[in-house]
Amino acid sequence: MGEEPMRAPTSLLPLRLEEVSFVAAGKTIIDRVSLALENGPRTIILGPNGAGKSVLMRLCHGLLAPTSGRIEWAARERPGERRRQAMVFQRPVMLRRSAIANVVYALKLAGVPRAERQAQARRALESVGLAHLAGGSARVLSGGEQQRLALARAWALRPEVLFLDEPTASLDPSAAAEVERIILAIRDAGTKIVMSTHNLGQARRLGDEILFLNQGRVVERAPVDRFFDQPAAAEAAAFIKGELPWT
Amino acid sequence: MGVIVDTFRGAFALLVGLDANLLEIVALSLQVSLSAVAIATALALPLGAAIAVSKFRGRQTVIVILNALMGLPPVVVGLVVYLMLSRAGPLGDLGLLFTPSAMVIAQTILILPIIAALARQAVEDAWREYQEQLRSLGAGGWTAALTLVWDIRFSLLTAVLAGLGRAAAEVGAVMIVGGNIDGVTRVMTTTIALETSKGDLPLALGLGVILVTLVLLLNAGAYTLKEAAQRRYG
Amino acid sequence: MDLRRRALLAAVALAAAAAATPAAAQQKFITVASTTSTEQSGLFKHLLPLFEKQTGITVRVVSVGTGQALDMGRRGDADVVFVHDPAAEKKFVDEGSGVNYKQVMYNDFVLIGPKSDPAKIAGGKDILAALKKVEGAKAPFVSRADKSGTHAAELRYWKSAGIDIATQKGPWYKETGSGMGPALNTASSMGGYILADRGTWLSFKNRGDLAILVEGDQKLFNQYGIMLVNPAKHAHVKQDLGNAFIDWVVSPAGQKAIAEYKIGGEQLFFPNYKSG
Repeated sequence: MGEEPMRAPTSLLPLRLEEVSFVAAGKTIIDRVSLALENGPRTIILGPNGAGKSVLMRLCHGLLAPTSGRIEWAARERPGERRRQAMVFQRPVMLRRSAIANVVYALKLAGVPRAERQAQARRALESVGLAHLAGGSARVLSGGEQQRLALARAWALRPEVLFLDEPTASLDPSAAAEVERIILAIRDAGTKIVMSTHNLGQARRLGDEILFLNQGRVVERAPVDRFFDQPAAAEAAAFIKGELPWT
Repeated sequence: MGVIVDTFRGAFALLVGLDANLLEIVALSLQVSLSAVAIATALALPLGAAIAVSKFRGRQTVIVILNALMGLPPVVVGLVVYLMLSRAGPLGDLGLLFTPSAMVIAQTILILPIIAALARQAVEDAWREYQEQLRSLGAGGWTAALTLVWDIRFSLLTAVLAGLGRAAAEVGAVMIVGGNIDGVTRVMTTTIALETSKGDLPLALGLGVILVTLVLLLNAGAYTLKEAAQRRYG
Repeated sequence: MDLRRRALLAAVALAAAAAATPAAAQQKFITVASTTSTEQSGLFKHLLPLFEKQTGITVRVVSVGTGQALDMGRRGDADVVFVHDPAAEKKFVDEGSGVNYKQVMYNDFVLIGPKSDPAKIAGGKDILAALKKVEGAKAPFVSRADKSGTHAAELRYWKSAGIDIATQKGPWYKETGSGMGPALNTASSMGGYILADRGTWLSFKNRGDLAILVEGDQKLFNQYGIMLVNPAKHAHVKQDLGNAFIDWVVSPAGQKAIAEYKIGGEQLFFPNYKSG
């Protein structure tokens, strides 16, 4: 695709979290996290199951509101304007319509003029290798195909930031490899990638920096090579060695 | 036993004979109930969907009341609409009493809560699945509600059929606001009531058989449609 | 989505339009509040086509009990009222709710009961004596109890027989609160006695074990009256059309049509309009 993301006069990034906590049903899932996400590096949020990765992603994307603390983007997204961030979930959710219609739906919400929607949607499908399935029903596609469709849909919006919540956790290895290739392509086109995973190999392959999350706290943050070669935190080291208990 | 045999023979004879009077009554029944279903659906689906996706104070109370209204007694609805449309009532000048329009109004009021409550349930279930993705794409409020309604349209068919069933089956409301006037507001259910009160039970039962068969056919048609769509869209 | 919503609204508008009766605006018609006895005996099916043929006016009959019919007149929901309770009719006219009041025909009541006849009244010609026997035997008796003309007559007979039915009723006295037909159904299924108008009885098909046990008493004569709902109280009343109907019913042609109506060769209604 190779199209630059839409950049408004001011970029959304950096995203700042200040003492953000999220408590649900008496449990503290995110515990006083403060961080800034800058434009540029592919950020991987790594951690064991139950660390709070999904919740952290949703807090950043705006699907959840923090119980305390502040989350602030550099530019404000106003309701009614096209979204400049997108998210791909572990399990893709498709509408009961054709594959291309799902992408067109997203473009319509983004305010793309009617005349351009079909063409842009088709280009998005081509870039993920699904052009031949454009007219078929989206919900009968395989898991891997649906996830690629979700990526096409998100990419068609040309977001500044793309959140991905364990996008390959439900896929077989070859489908997962396809998805990773597409994510890298999106990054190359200029979108900031923020992805969560508990898969060490994937983190190493795709990440520029690692944010290691454990029990709701950012335990370590480092460039990918340094993180894997010389983890500073004990929990990080234990996780890499496969010793952290799965909560 | 004899009554049952007489009944089916009588029903069959009526159908084969294509009694003109009967056809008129059946046509009016369909016209009234289908109109009521169309109007009620157009109002109830957005209403149910809106409640399903919104958060507001007293939401639980609204849902409980809506569910309770599913059990509105037809005769009570008929009485209230009668008082509204009577010349002595607030809307008397419309001159709608004892017309099919009054019957459509009464049945619409009767089935609207049924369709809305069932739609609310279906949309709320779907909302749980779609919510994060739709909000992520920037669809909120009305947009999300209507997208969901369209996406689960074949499941909502069940809610619509429930409304149709109630409308086609009720006699209390249409009797009071329609007056069961021969050739004008006489429908299948009021005819059955009339023939029963005249003691012509085989004829009344025969009409009952025809009514149930009609509703069965409508349901079968809708089911086939739903299955075909399910296979196509997944 | 906008397009779909618009299409939906269009469909709704169409449905509403389709449901409205377009013919109503053009056709000449009146609404007559009458009783179940005139409707269910089939008299109207015989009379009304004749009237329509002669005048082009359609008559829409709403059949309810006498009490409800008069109430409809008071509310202005009918143009003409045609019932059989002279006392209630007089009250209706005196209070100014009705005008152009005429007594037009009579039929008679009969006392129906099971052939087994536990109260031993069969063949009698005295309604009051028969009712005394029914009460004495505490035999099952079905009352319409619905403020109809028939119900009003039944109460008058109990009173004339010296029985205060309100206090003297017991489990044997069943008040169904329903029309003639449903009440007859009830009497048929429990083998009870019941006062009915001959017309409804003759066209009633679920007789079971019931038969006419007492008839012919002068007191069982049941007078019908017709009147126009007072246009001074309800401006929308179709007085010309309504009066045309009343005038026709009392005309020689109308009275003849009433007399000609028979079930199984038996005349049900006896025209008795006397002008002046």
